[in-house]
Amino acid sequence: MTSILVARDAPPLLLHTLRLADTALVLGHRLSEWTGQAPMLEEELALANVALDLIGQARSLYAYAAELEGKGRTEDDLAYLRDAPEYRNLLIAEQPNGDFARTVLRQLLVSAFMLPYWHALTASRDETLAAVAAKAEKEVAYHLRHAGEWVIRLGDGTDESRSRMEDALDELWPFTGEMFETDESDRALIAGGFAPDPAALRPEWDATVARVFAEATLPVPQAGTWMQSGGRRGVHGEHLGHMLATMQHLPRAYPGAAW
Amino acid sequence: MTAAAARLVGLGGHRLRLRALEVAGEVADPEIPVLSIADLGVLRDARLRDDGGVEVDITPTYSGCPAMNMIAVQVEAALLEAGLPAPRVRLVLSPAWTTDWMTDAGREKLRAYGIAPPAPRASRRALFGMDEELACPRCGGTDTEKLSEFGSTACKSLWRCTACREPFDHFKCL
Repeated sequence: MTSILVARDAPPLLLHTLRLADTALVLGHRLSEWTGQAPMLEEELALANVALDLIGQARSLYAYAAELEGKGRTEDDLAYLRDAPEYRNLLIAEQPNGDFARTVLRQLLVSAFMLPYWHALTASRDETLAAVAAKAEKEVAYHLRHAGEWVIRLGDGTDESRSRMEDALDELWPFTGEMFETDESDRALIAGGFAPDPAALRPEWDATVARVFAEATLPVPQAGTWMQSGGRRGVHGEHLGHMLATMQHLPRAYPGAAW
Repeated sequence: MTAAAARLVGLGGHRLRLRALEVAGEVADPEIPVLSIADLGVLRDARLRDDGGVEVDITPTYSGCPAMNMIAVQVEAALLEAGLPAPRVRLVLSPAWTTDWMTDAGREKLRAYGIAPPAPRASRRALFGMDEELACPRCGGTDTEKLSEFGSTACKSLWRCTACREPFDHFKCL
């Protein structure tokens, strides 16, 4: 099945919608990889539920992106027929699950950003994005609380759980800077009242992370750590390609398959 | 034309709308069948389209709620069966669904079914320690504890009653 190009040269609103959709789908798919492998039944259900929320958010956003693009494509086309360089998700979303510590820390770091982001986006001049944001904001509040409770339990837990949480922090922290980046396309939307300025959400993110880390007795890494960047421009690490190969295999091998 | 459709001929737009709401409102939630979509607040509105067909608005409880497709199909089927013309279901996202829209009757049905209903006013944007006191839907005891923030469906969390020892679902506030 031929790949399609949508994000390249996309106008700001379409690009913004795709970036949000891609981050939600990629993170949701990552969480779904835990299905059948979670450490206990309650977490099996929790991870699947969070994945379901994220994939649901992605569906609404892809449907809107397809409408904005106006070429008659569907949400499935956008999810299944774009290659890795077309994906515009945050790099943190595509990082492998690693162990349970890394998965819940990744969820905390992203959710602590998405909660104020969705809240601010409810005031967007774009009615559809505002509506998606109003739903997503409520959902992510539960994701944040759940992830925060686990980070505290593992950080302030046994020697083993703490050492795993410290490793996870080393691994993931360099991917947090990208959440607050803006480019020319973003700035056009921010100026027009269509999207919030992520830099303005930094204090709330810092405060949430500091509060959870304090309870978890984890150190907040020093400012000035070198940060990874690129996902929002389509520059990804090797992991995303492998994930998409799994996720897209069936609809590409059997176009139009339904059951 | 079915007998039901024959009875509807001549009804004005307003009465067709009310009839559509009445019929659609009786459709049961596929995952919590004691609740109708009217009890849940998932049914939002209905109208007569310009082409003479009826259109019913539903809103998802959660973005990824897998029951929405089934609800849409069941609403269309119920409207067709009731003889309403060319029914169509529209998914609306705004305003976002909240448990505040669940009717009192719905809350009581939930409790009787063994699911602790959501608190009347939804708590939002809470990070920690905001769990309300929850009464066990079986014995009414308030000595309960949360087992998991996420339960058997997206809209529920999992709890346990330390008095009667029964685990139970709680319909989360949203």
